[in-house]
Amino acid sequence: MTTNNNAEDLWRDLTPQVLGAIVRRYGDFGIAEDAVQEALLAAATQWPKQGRPDNPKAWLITVASRRLVDQRRSDQARDRREVDVALKAPTDELVAPAADAVDDGDDTMTLLLLCCHPALTPPSQIALTLRAVGGLTTAQIARAFLLPEATLAQRISRAKASIRKAGGRFELPPPPERPDRMRAVLHVLYLIFNEGYAATEGPDLHDVHLTREAIRLTRQAHAFLPRDGEVAGLLALMLLTEARRPARARPDGALVPLAEQDRSRWDQEFIAEGVELITGTLTWAPLGPYQLQAAIVAVHDEAGSAEGTDWQQILGLYQLLERFTPGPMVRLSHAVAAAMVHGPDDGLAMLRSLEDDSRMNRHHRLHAVRGHLLEMAGDRDAAYDEYDLAARLATSIPEQNYLRGKADDCARE
Amino acid sequence: MKYLILIYSRPETWGHPSFLRTTEGQTLSESERTRLTGQLEELITELHESGEIVAGAALADPLNSRTVRVREDAAIVTDGPYVEAKEQMAGLFIVDCATPERAEQIAGRFPEARFSAVEVRPVMESSGEEM
Repeated sequence: MTTNNNAEDLWRDLTPQVLGAIVRRYGDFGIAEDAVQEALLAAATQWPKQGRPDNPKAWLITVASRRLVDQRRSDQARDRREVDVALKAPTDELVAPAADAVDDGDDTMTLLLLCCHPALTPPSQIALTLRAVGGLTTAQIARAFLLPEATLAQRISRAKASIRKAGGRFELPPPPERPDRMRAVLHVLYLIFNEGYAATEGPDLHDVHLTREAIRLTRQAHAFLPRDGEVAGLLALMLLTEARRPARARPDGALVPLAEQDRSRWDQEFIAEGVELITGTLTWAPLGPYQLQAAIVAVHDEAGSAEGTDWQQILGLYQLLERFTPGPMVRLSHAVAAAMVHGPDDGLAMLRSLEDDSRMNRHHRLHAVRGHLLEMAGDRDAAYDEYDLAARLATSIPEQNYLRGKADDCARE
Repeated sequence: MKYLILIYSRPETWGHPSFLRTTEGQTLSESERTRLTGQLEELITELHESGEIVAGAALADPLNSRTVRVREDAAIVTDGPYVEAKEQMAGLFIVDCATPERAEQIAGRFPEARFSAVEVRPVMESSGEEM
C-alpha cells in the first residue's frame, strides 16, 4: 500500500473505510454515499485552513453522520424513528470498531463490487467507483471525462437508484456470484486505466490522473485478494503500461509508436515492480487474460530495443490470449505478432476473417494494421490506401494525425 | 464516446417540436400527435436521468441565420444559412453513451427520424493510443 503525504491522498484512501462505517450504521448506500461526498468536500475546504485533524477518519465519519442526519431531519416524510436512532448514536460508537468488526480491505472490496453492480452500464460503474471508492469529487470526475458536472452528478444518482432497484446491498455477494462480479470490477478498473492512459494533454497539478487512480484502486484490490491471479495480472499490466507513458507522446501531443519510443524514458521502477509481480503470479495462479496481457507487455518492456523484442514469445502469448478471449482486437495484435515472426503475408491472412465483419471493417484499427503489414510487405500504394481509410475512420485527433502521417510517408517517393 | 445528434426537418412553419409542423406531421391524428410528443418527452427525460446528455438545443428559424465569411481580412456577413437546403437542422444534442448502437437507438426515437432524418456523428476525442 502506498503511503500518502498530502491531505487529499489521505482522505481519498480513507473514503471506503468512512463510507463502510456510515453504510453499516445507517443502512442506505445511496444516502450514505452522498453524506461522505459532502464530508470530503468539507475536508477539502477546512483542512488546508485549519490543519488536519488528529484523527482524520473519525473527523470524516462525524461530519458525514451529521450531514446524513441533517438530511433526514429536513426530509419530513422520513421515518421519525430512524432519525431518532441516528441522533442517539454517539459518534464514538461509529468510530470504534463494531462488534462484527471487519477490516478495512473488506469495505473497499464490498464497495468495489457494489459500484460495479451488473445493473449498471460501464460509464455509470466507472463514475460511481471513482466517487464512492476513489474519493474523487463529482467535479474532478467530470473534468477527467470532459463532461458537464450536472451530467456526471445525474449519472451517479441514477446509478445508485439502479442499484437500489436491483436489490444491491452493502455486503459481499454470495460466493457463486463472486467470480462474475469480480470480473466486472476488474473490467471497470481496466477501463479507468485506459481512459487515463489515452489522455495526451499535459499533467494538470489540480487534477488527478486516472491511470494512477486505477493503479491505486487495483493495489487495494490486490492487497485484499493477494491469491487472485487476475487481480495481480491486472495490476502488473497497469504498472508495465504506465511505465511507458512518459515516452508515448511528444510535447505537442503527437503519438509515438512503441517501436520508436525513447526507451530510456520508460519508468524502470514500474517495470521492475510489474515484471516481478507477473513473473511470480505466473508460477502459481491459474492462467487468465490479464496475466497474459501483462506478460506480453513485460516482454516488450524488457527488450533493450524494438529490434531486440522477442516476438516469438509474444506470438505464443497471443495464441494463448486469443484462446481465452477471442475477439477482433486480440486478433489484430496477434496478426502483428505473426507478421513479425513469419512475415507480413501471414499477418494479412489472419485479418481476412475480420474484413467480412461490417462493423470491424469500419474500424480504423483494422485498416491501420493492414496498412502497417502492407508497408512491411513493400506494397506502398496499398498501404497508402489503408492508412488513408484508417485516418478517415479515426475518431481521435492524435490517432488521426498519426495515421495521416503514415499515409503521407507512403505517398512520398 | 460522445456523439452529435443532428435533427433534420422540413417544417411548413418553424417551431418546436419540429415534426408537428411538417406536411406529414400536420395530418397526424390527435392520438398519434400525442403519442409522438410523449415519445419525445420521454426520451429527453430518459437522457437527463441516465446522465447521457451533454448538451441539447432547439434552433431558431434559419431566417435568423447569419453567415460570416472573411475575405481579404474583411468580414462579410450575409443573411441566411450557409447551405441552402429544403431539410434544415432543427435541433441538436450531444450525448455521451456506452456504445455506438446506443447512440443510433437514441437517434431513432426522435420523431423526426420518421418524417425526415436524424444524423449521428461521433465527436473527435482529444486522447488516443499509440500503435
